[in-house]
Amino acid sequence: MSETGVPNIDQIIKAGFDYGNKGTPVRRKTNRRKASVPYLLAGPAVSWLLIFFLLPTIYMFTVSLYTGTLGPTMQFAWKWNNYSTMLSIFGPQLIRSVEYALAATIITLLVGYPVAYWISFYGGKRKNVFLLLLLIPFFVSFVLRTYQWAFLLSDQGIVVGTLHRLGLVSDRFHILGTGYAVIFGIAYNFLPFTVLPLYVALERIEPRLLEAGRDLYADRSTTFLKVVWPLALPGVFAAFLLTFVPAVGDFINFEYLGGPSNTMIGHIIQNLYLANFDYPHGAALSFVLMAVLIVGATLYARALGTEAVMEATAA
Amino acid sequence: MSSTTAPVAGAAGVEPPRRGHGRRWTSYFLPAFTGVVILYLVVPVISMIVFAFNNPPGRINVRWVGFSTKAFTGIFANEQLIAAIKLSLEIAIIASALATMIGSLLGLALGRYRFRGSGAVNYLVFLAIASPEIVLGTSLLTMFATVFKFIPTGPVTIVISHVMFSISFVAVTVRARVLGLNPQLEEAGQDLFASPITTFFKVTLPLLLPALTAGFLLSFVLSVDDFVITYFVSGSTTTFPLLINGSAKTGLTPDFNVIGTFLFTGGVLVAGIASLLPIYTAKRDARRLAQDKALGERAKAAGAAGAQAA
Repeated sequence: MSETGVPNIDQIIKAGFDYGNKGTPVRRKTNRRKASVPYLLAGPAVSWLLIFFLLPTIYMFTVSLYTGTLGPTMQFAWKWNNYSTMLSIFGPQLIRSVEYALAATIITLLVGYPVAYWISFYGGKRKNVFLLLLLIPFFVSFVLRTYQWAFLLSDQGIVVGTLHRLGLVSDRFHILGTGYAVIFGIAYNFLPFTVLPLYVALERIEPRLLEAGRDLYADRSTTFLKVVWPLALPGVFAAFLLTFVPAVGDFINFEYLGGPSNTMIGHIIQNLYLANFDYPHGAALSFVLMAVLIVGATLYARALGTEAVMEATAA
Repeated sequence: MSSTTAPVAGAAGVEPPRRGHGRRWTSYFLPAFTGVVILYLVVPVISMIVFAFNNPPGRINVRWVGFSTKAFTGIFANEQLIAAIKLSLEIAIIASALATMIGSLLGLALGRYRFRGSGAVNYLVFLAIASPEIVLGTSLLTMFATVFKFIPTGPVTIVISHVMFSISFVAVTVRARVLGLNPQLEEAGQDLFASPITTFFKVTLPLLLPALTAGFLLSFVLSVDDFVITYFVSGSTTTFPLLINGSAKTGLTPDFNVIGTFLFTGGVLVAGIASLLPIYTAKRDARRLAQDKALGERAKAAGAAGAQAA
């Protein structure tokens, strides 16, 4: 209440918002019966996620402390040194995966930010069409697309072959089979996971805030640095999280575009599971990735809430 | 920039009315850059479509030999491929229908109600979306190979897994739509003595239909395209992405390009319709609103005229 006892306009608006945000239907009489409604609605999906997502993740963690391979020899043994063994043997592959994923994420952010910026501020009525154009290639199978890149980047392919024929590069110049090709492939395949959260964050910025900046005689770069960048920063973090963590575990780009010197951790995990049936060691490496995600996601949710990511995926 | 022109340049710059209308180099750079990025994304798709029309002598489809529609006309002879794509589509339909059903109820709960544990459920959904596929695949396989041994790995485990990762995407899509709904519409239904069930089917469900469609399509695309998780939980079953991977080592025949081209064309058509529909309905609504307004104005004018006459 304001001093005069009459609610001022801000309070009225705020009350209106609070009312709108409550969202629950106003019939209070049936409240008690209504209390069970959200649980009934959420029940099936939450059970599914608990049984087929949370439970397997926890179970995989216990299996990472097992000994033996799949079958009767696999038993619980508090074998914490599964982790130290795996990290000491496959440390280089893990570090390489982090490096590649980081490089690819930085590329996708550098490429995706201007695109998301332009679509959200200048896309006008055609915003959705531009977004769709960005997503259209992803209707073609991920594996098929990566295979096509391997073909385009091969020594006889259209890119390197032409460079060779024109004599612009030495005969020893390759792209396929190098770390650069793997980073390129990851950046290509993960671009939508970067653009969408960035777009959602930029789209929400009120154009009037930019006008306000302009009215205060800020030039365009200052308006960007002081208004747009801080407001869209949660989107940058969301984009980073949604791109970087999955990219660390990727193994398709390595298999199609890399060579023996670019082995990534996802390939190692896959081999341990499917070729060696060494579930405990595979589980240990896999859980390392999950632990990184849980730490990152929890920090993110604490600092900024889960909203940005949720909305990014809803876009 | 002189002080007299500064505000004018700013006014033209920050929100140019049309693309490419601004004065600064950025107003040309950004659209050009976006165009280049879109082109770059499409490159492998174009190459795939072009080589669907190639006529290679053997299995190796890497060099342009000659134009042919052989792969298109002969596609049904490739039984292994047809079986794989059929299985992929069946799995996608079942999994996305299931995920849309239970996922949208979750989205409704999260968007409409604040309940004990809703924070934890939000976090669970968030974690499921952000999890690397390899972690989901390995943990599900660990489970299916030991504790859930009674479910043999195959189509059933693939469907279970696809439903699992699709639920979160459906839930967030529906939740966003629910948050954008006007609760007064439902209140109006109840004020007209509709039971909660009737209100749900007559008011809420039609309003949520766009989100349900989007959720279903998203799940469908994710399911048809999924490689990593399916790779772990499939046992000896072969879906389309798995067959591509299995055949890639010896070289993909144009047949794969043909299926890829079909999937791409279908996706473009559906997405095009889905994105144009809201524009159409918005235009229709705007037209109706304008008509109503004009009618109201006329009534008002008539009333005023009547009052004056009186």
